[in-house]
Amino acid sequence: MNKVAEQVEATPEQIRDQQLYRSMGLTDHEYQLIKDDVLHRLPNYTEVGLFSGMWSEHCSYKNSKPVLKKFFTKGKHVVKGPGEGAGIIDIGDNQGVVFKAESHNHPSAVEPFQGATTGVGGILRDIFSMGARPIASLDSLRFAEPKTDADKYFIQQIVAGISAYGNCIGIPTVGGDTAFDDAYAHNPLVNVMSVGLMDLDKIEVGAAAGVGNSIVYVGHKTGRDGINGASFASFQFDSEHESQRSAVQVGDPFEEKLVMEACLDVINNHAEALIGIQDMGAAGLVSSSAEMGSKAGGNGMELNLDLVPQREAGMSAFELMLSESQERMLLCVKAGHEDEVLQVFADRGVNAVVIGHVTEGHQYRLLHHGKLVADVPVDSLAAQAPVYHRESAVPEHLKHADAHQYQPQIANPTATLKQMLGQLTIASKESIYETYDTQVQTNTVVAPGSDAAVVRIRHHDKALAITTDVNGRYLYLNPRIGGQMAVAEAARNIVASGATPLGITDCLNFGNPEKPDQFYELDQAVMGMSEACEKFEAPVISGNVSLNNEYDNVPIYPTPMVGMVGLIKGIDHITTQDFKQAGDLVYVIGKTDAGFNGSQIQKMQTGQIFGQLFDFDLDYELKIQHLVTKAIQAKLLQSAHDISEGGLITAIAESTFGRQLGVELASDLTVADFFSESQSRFVVSVPQDKQAAFEQLVGSEAYQLGKVTDDNHFFVQASDGYFDLDSDKALAIWKGALACRLK
Amino acid sequence: MKFAVLEFPGSNCEMDLYNAIKDIIKEEVELVSYKQESLAGFDAALIPGGFSYGDYLRSGAIARFSPIIPALQQFASSGKPVLGICNGFQILTEAGLLPGSLQKNVSAKFICKDETLVVNNNHSLFSSEYQKGQLISLPIAHGDGNYYCDQETLKSLIAHDQIVFKYTNNPNGSVDNIAGIVNQQGNVLGMMPHPERAVEDVLGSSDGKGVFQSIVKHIKSRGVIYE
Repeated sequence: MNKVAEQVEATPEQIRDQQLYRSMGLTDHEYQLIKDDVLHRLPNYTEVGLFSGMWSEHCSYKNSKPVLKKFFTKGKHVVKGPGEGAGIIDIGDNQGVVFKAESHNHPSAVEPFQGATTGVGGILRDIFSMGARPIASLDSLRFAEPKTDADKYFIQQIVAGISAYGNCIGIPTVGGDTAFDDAYAHNPLVNVMSVGLMDLDKIEVGAAAGVGNSIVYVGHKTGRDGINGASFASFQFDSEHESQRSAVQVGDPFEEKLVMEACLDVINNHAEALIGIQDMGAAGLVSSSAEMGSKAGGNGMELNLDLVPQREAGMSAFELMLSESQERMLLCVKAGHEDEVLQVFADRGVNAVVIGHVTEGHQYRLLHHGKLVADVPVDSLAAQAPVYHRESAVPEHLKHADAHQYQPQIANPTATLKQMLGQLTIASKESIYETYDTQVQTNTVVAPGSDAAVVRIRHHDKALAITTDVNGRYLYLNPRIGGQMAVAEAARNIVASGATPLGITDCLNFGNPEKPDQFYELDQAVMGMSEACEKFEAPVISGNVSLNNEYDNVPIYPTPMVGMVGLIKGIDHITTQDFKQAGDLVYVIGKTDAGFNGSQIQKMQTGQIFGQLFDFDLDYELKIQHLVTKAIQAKLLQSAHDISEGGLITAIAESTFGRQLGVELASDLTVADFFSESQSRFVVSVPQDKQAAFEQLVGSEAYQLGKVTDDNHFFVQASDGYFDLDSDKALAIWKGALACRLK
Repeated sequence: MKFAVLEFPGSNCEMDLYNAIKDIIKEEVELVSYKQESLAGFDAALIPGGFSYGDYLRSGAIARFSPIIPALQQFASSGKPVLGICNGFQILTEAGLLPGSLQKNVSAKFICKDETLVVNNNHSLFSSEYQKGQLISLPIAHGDGNYYCDQETLKSLIAHDQIVFKYTNNPNGSVDNIAGIVNQQGNVLGMMPHPERAVEDVLGSSDGKGVFQSIVKHIKSRGVIYE
């Protein structure tokens, strides 16, 4: 054996006396619990490692579990809700749509390229382990405004990582959202959502049941990358600990493609041999095997670590169990069917090895070099992880917030509009998404750049609309209402594309739950989201939690990314945001009020976000969404676009860009009103011959603004001024801003 | 008439080609593993896009040593149509079936967007359904699409009218705006843009159908070639 690599592990007594468990992420209380209540003896080094991984927030949700119970998860079409790798919703014809989102914030902060690649890889494994073929991915990104070359490099590397992985494995990256705010300077957010399609009679579950059945390790060899990454993901960053690179994994999309095809082959063609299948994600081998064992219930598990394919010599049991090497899966295979399954992997050149068995009893036992190195109750790792009910307190900045809405100062409306179109959060994200393969699998009907991406379901007259959304600024001013708005905006995107919401997934990106004011934000946001989910009948079917996004004690804005999927029943209902032709009538549907606190124009003019968030009414929101759905289904609309950041004027401008058209509009709103971000509004265009039918359907909620033109002139008359510029100039500002700032 | 769609480890557009032929062109089509050593029974061979062997070493460089490649070379020398798209084009240059090579895009980034091409030659068996000079819109999706050949090769390509498609707005730095070329015999086409992604209006363009329809027309008019 390699002497250099051989390590001397601390003894159980040393771990206790020197409190070595702390550096692995366990608290004194948790260590006592393991020692006194679970094992009734001192845990050894390997066992402490197992618990530190499994009891991390990332695996156990110990701080968020009580909050997550507040989520609305019911719905008549929900086949599988939260708990498995990903949730499933029935979309008819024996088809299920499977989706989930995952954050890779911490790894991406230390190593942007690999952090992003492995984020994509991990979420895809969650999807195909359910028996679904991934059909689309989306990315929700939050960065600080790039200032230095290092900032630009960082953003480019994140994007390059997503591009490298998704493009290679052949799953289209069809959408997402990117916003910029210095609140994310030290904690960028990299959230990836993936959507899969499956036949409902082929559901797989990550469970291992039946004594004697084999545990099969599949995929890449295990190396020393990402050791105990789950605990790492649950730490806060600070300026004293900048270098934690060893906790980051390296992605190999080619291997993942082989593993994915082989796993889908086993699920689809060898169902009788397969008991369960699970991704080796956070906390690697221990997490996948313990969860598999715990979910099955009633049995134990024994693994022989000498059989685990290894990339490096002399790896310890701790390292083997906690490594987060990528592109690995764990299967439970029915006794007697091992050869049949191993052959499927061999045919595709993928490692597959029997490393253990389901056993009698309830113990989770690990053998290494002929010795028993861990022997713990299987449920103690997964199901019985501690749960903390954290304290909640209203944050200081919300206690004395000014109820008055900010009043924008606009001397020159056209100049203000130009400035708005150049804001990075508003500007076109083309320079990002054109590096993603958005079309592979040839089902992408609406590519990035409209409200929601639309992917058709081949051989059926239906399609899925998919979007990601959240505005952390709204949540910063009011986590509850902001949480409602995040879901509502996602739903508006879905509705604008011609779909009705099916359900959501989420990534709850928040600060430190041990601090009451930061926990308050998480708790309130979840309640707000849940209220909106219930209102829109869009249950939460899966999700992920990323806490401790704080740096030197300052948290990010509360940012619960909402990933929503909707169903379009009939390909001809697919609607995009672009105005289609000159002469069409432009309307705004929904009332415009003063919605300025937390808005893009407040940030643009003051550099800050402050005051009480503007009002929001879920019932009115739903009413407006229903009107738009009816108008689309009655084929009255040429285009529909949700009004969000940058307000009505921005939404109008965005609607003109796709086909490079102009507008001639007039309204009794003030110039400032055109930048209001009050919710529950859409900009739509209607062909002239449908005017009467449209106005009858929508009634007093629609306000006609004027006409689409084709004369390269963007002209909007407000009550106290006007916006007047060449359409191509507006387009150039909007299209060039981000590319220019990233150069 | 039966198309073969070759499948290498890491190919990812094989089903797109398969579906285009089956559902839109409505001809017989079968996936053929890289492990096979024969293409007997097929009238045309299609090499899909993707990242064979992860593009490791160099795109197409490892796939070129697959068991199916000698059969493909024989298939090509018998005069049957061979079409390589994107990674398929890269494999064809690596396998010596087409001259030149594909380098990294000048931007050094992967680019996915619709590009306008001009049909430079409509008397190839792959482009007879187009008009010479016709502008067509096809998507590109590649990181290594920058076609390179030396001046002598370029002169020869021009002299033998081997340049079938050109970009009107060169997205990747290709020599002479080349998007697709045929071999001197005219039966092997390599192109970076994806005609199989542009066969239905609902996906944005049907301009790619002509490539496959041209192949079908050629095979039907020429009759079956036995081994």
